[in-house]
Amino acid sequence: MPVESLFPRLEPLLPTVQKPIQYVGGELNSQVKDWDSCDVRWAIMYPDAYEVGLPNQGVMILYEVLNEQPGVLAERTYSVWPDMAAKMRAAGVPQFTVDGHRPVKDFDVLGISFSTELGYTNMLEALDLAGIPLHARDRDESHPIVLAGGHAAFNPEPIAEFLDAAVLGDGEQAVLEMTAVLRQAKLDGVDREQTLLRLARAGGVYVPRFYDTDYLPDGRIARVVPNRPDVPFRVHKRTVMDLDEWPYPKQPLVPLAETVHERMSVEIFRGCTRGCRFCQAGMITRPVRERSLTGIGDMVKAGLDATGYEEVGLLSLSSADHSEIGAVAKGLADRYEGTQTSLSLPSTRVDAFNIDLAQEISRNGRRSGLTFAPEGGSERLRKVINKMVSKDDLVNTVTTAYGAGWRQVKLYFMVGLPTETDEDVLEIAEMARDVIRAGRSITGTRDVRCTVSIGGFVPKPHTPFQWASQLDHETTDRRLKLLRDAINSDRSTAKAIGYRYHDGKPGIVEGLLSRGDRRVGPVIEQVWRDGGKFDGWSEHFSYDRWMAAAEKAGVDVAWYTTREREQSEVLPWDHLDSGLDKEWLWSDWQDALAEQDLDDCRWIPCFDCGVCPQMGTDIQIGPTGKTLLPLTVVKNPLGVA
Amino acid sequence: MARKTPTGPPPPPPVQRLRLRYTKRGRLRFTSHRDIARAFERALRRAQVPMAYSAGFSPHPKISWVGAAPTGVASEAEYVEISVAERVDLDRLRSALDESLPAGIDITEVVEAPVGSSLPDRIEASHWGIRLPGVGLDAALQAVSAFLSAESVVVERLMKDGKRQMDARAAVVAMSASATDGDRSCATLDVVVRHVTPAVRPDDVLSGLRIVADLVPPVPPEATRYAQGPLTESGGVGDPLAPDRLHADGATRAAADLEQEAAGAPS
Repeated sequence: MPVESLFPRLEPLLPTVQKPIQYVGGELNSQVKDWDSCDVRWAIMYPDAYEVGLPNQGVMILYEVLNEQPGVLAERTYSVWPDMAAKMRAAGVPQFTVDGHRPVKDFDVLGISFSTELGYTNMLEALDLAGIPLHARDRDESHPIVLAGGHAAFNPEPIAEFLDAAVLGDGEQAVLEMTAVLRQAKLDGVDREQTLLRLARAGGVYVPRFYDTDYLPDGRIARVVPNRPDVPFRVHKRTVMDLDEWPYPKQPLVPLAETVHERMSVEIFRGCTRGCRFCQAGMITRPVRERSLTGIGDMVKAGLDATGYEEVGLLSLSSADHSEIGAVAKGLADRYEGTQTSLSLPSTRVDAFNIDLAQEISRNGRRSGLTFAPEGGSERLRKVINKMVSKDDLVNTVTTAYGAGWRQVKLYFMVGLPTETDEDVLEIAEMARDVIRAGRSITGTRDVRCTVSIGGFVPKPHTPFQWASQLDHETTDRRLKLLRDAINSDRSTAKAIGYRYHDGKPGIVEGLLSRGDRRVGPVIEQVWRDGGKFDGWSEHFSYDRWMAAAEKAGVDVAWYTTREREQSEVLPWDHLDSGLDKEWLWSDWQDALAEQDLDDCRWIPCFDCGVCPQMGTDIQIGPTGKTLLPLTVVKNPLGVA
Repeated sequence: MARKTPTGPPPPPPVQRLRLRYTKRGRLRFTSHRDIARAFERALRRAQVPMAYSAGFSPHPKISWVGAAPTGVASEAEYVEISVAERVDLDRLRSALDESLPAGIDITEVVEAPVGSSLPDRIEASHWGIRLPGVGLDAALQAVSAFLSAESVVVERLMKDGKRQMDARAAVVAMSASATDGDRSCATLDVVVRHVTPAVRPDDVLSGLRIVADLVPPVPPEATRYAQGPLTESGGVGDPLAPDRLHADGATRAAADLEQEAAGAPS
């Protein structure tokens, strides 16, 4: 049965809303496949505004991987802004995909990629707009399977009642295997329950309804157990090995609308074993798997040809740690000399950075600012979080950058880390002052600046800090103010130091959603019913709305956030296997409290975090010893014949 | 940011300036001018147009925009000038760039700009077509006549710096209404509007019709710019590229004359 495009009904709404182009689709390299010649159809959602969601690499990769398959169709959908949502409700236009403008409700799967828990209310808004029942138990054969992925899917318990399934880890192979299961289930004509059972039994797919949670009288979890035979006790994450075999996105989407990243991105490696104890991404994406030097070169070339972008971002969790980063940067800078193509290297560690690398990166194009992330203000605290960089290292590196011509440096820290004291935080001010003084000295000018940017720490599942007490927002705000006063107290440097921070309240809500269990679900639903959405946007976020909803649902927010957990406690995500051994995480937590650092397993013997043996994976790193050859360039193909 | 002067040679200078006429059709009418500008820059790179760049730490391709239809308004006649660092063939450039741009932004003409000529100086007025679904021809004719017989029609528009008032009547050179494709239940307005500051847009003309005749379209109207260019004596809008085309013809003739001369001359 053909599904008609909603565009004719959408079009009259477009002149009346903000930034209508975001709803139009037609991005370069997007595609609309024929509905009836496909038998498995995916709608992929990034639950935030188009300008944030479009550049998301995960969505782009899965969109392309799925659409390459014959008989499989994938289209994208994003959160519509509140002005559009109101018009759609008034006109009876349901949540649509931007590719074919087809109703999301008509797809087989609605896969939602959660980078952050603050997208949960946007999921409910999209389900409601789509005409899909909010609760999984109320859905029938006519509704898509609502599937969560992304980092937040490593603890989907707070949204368990809204999800049919969640998939943990890398999605590339998982979506193809799920597609095969769904195709067979359709051929066999089995019902929704049976289809979900098949997915659960195939491995790597978590179906919350097949697990029951029992609680102790004090509120802690007693156990989480399957309620169907052959459903695994623990669901394991997926790991893609050999990134060179998965050079996606090959044809990156280029939007007409303005988005948060106006560049082409190439993931140069996945995973990180630096072992920063606060970092969920680094813990759940192990082991390190590098894309090879030549693999990177091929992707950059194909991507630039396909997009026309003039900036290439070399992405990873710590890009300067690629075993051949020097050769990558030099090779690309040589290749694109004189073409106005610039490179950027986000996420650079202080100790892995050197000025030669920065010079290569900025050789052909615009020289952007430099960002370093010491994360912790004091040496002691940096031992606790295992981010081993000394103050001298930092000051020296930044001074070298000033000496090499940079004038603006950004320093990123967190407030609210375990064991933190006021003194730890105040050392941030001292570090910033030292940086400015050293910069003035080496440049012989007062024209150097640094910006101190502060994020609030939120303990995350599957990290050594999963047991930690989160700092209450009052203390967070008090420390932020102390730090501001300290920066301003030295009038000789105050004007050279910028200070950016957010108050502590949104972090508490993120903490509730990060380490919550199934009892937090009703809070999310209540917040959405009270008008909550776009919680990642300060102009839409309301702390009071969240607290009121928690009270109504009888949920003690402090119990989920500021309470420290004991070793014996069953955590809501214990049945979801990131590969990390819980014993190892606990011992790393104890090491943190003892201010013991731990090196990276790329350069020391295995310390048994558990991932490789549990997942059957291994570290994949170079060097390959290869080099990037120059590209053959056609001189002015449009010249006069 | 570094304050050092850029190292290395300055970018190669422009050798040819080109004027492009392009459209904004169908769904692409919802692009803003900034969207179009970004799409153009990327399309120029994909089409391997040898753009001339500005000097400095943030080199930008040399592109100058000549007016721009507002978001939501379609156009058959938008103009942009680009400068290239190596001479290009106009037809090859047109088809390569057209292919690189999304369907709906179509390059309809490319001419070479003679040295010293200014395209913005030739743009004096626009010819708009405004389709009004749900507005009958009779109502439209009545509104047009009320508008044209008014001395002035002051309308308000919300701008970034607050509300601005402007006289929509003063900017309108000509206006008429007709049935869209013979359908008397859907009128189309033909309006010639002089370019003034602040600009009077199709929206402002419609606001004027609401004020003088209480004309309120039940669904959003669809405006299209048919032409922009010099105002002709008869109150129409001329082709702003005509002088360049004449110049090119002249240049071609001159070159042909030279060749003929060369062929005819004793060796």
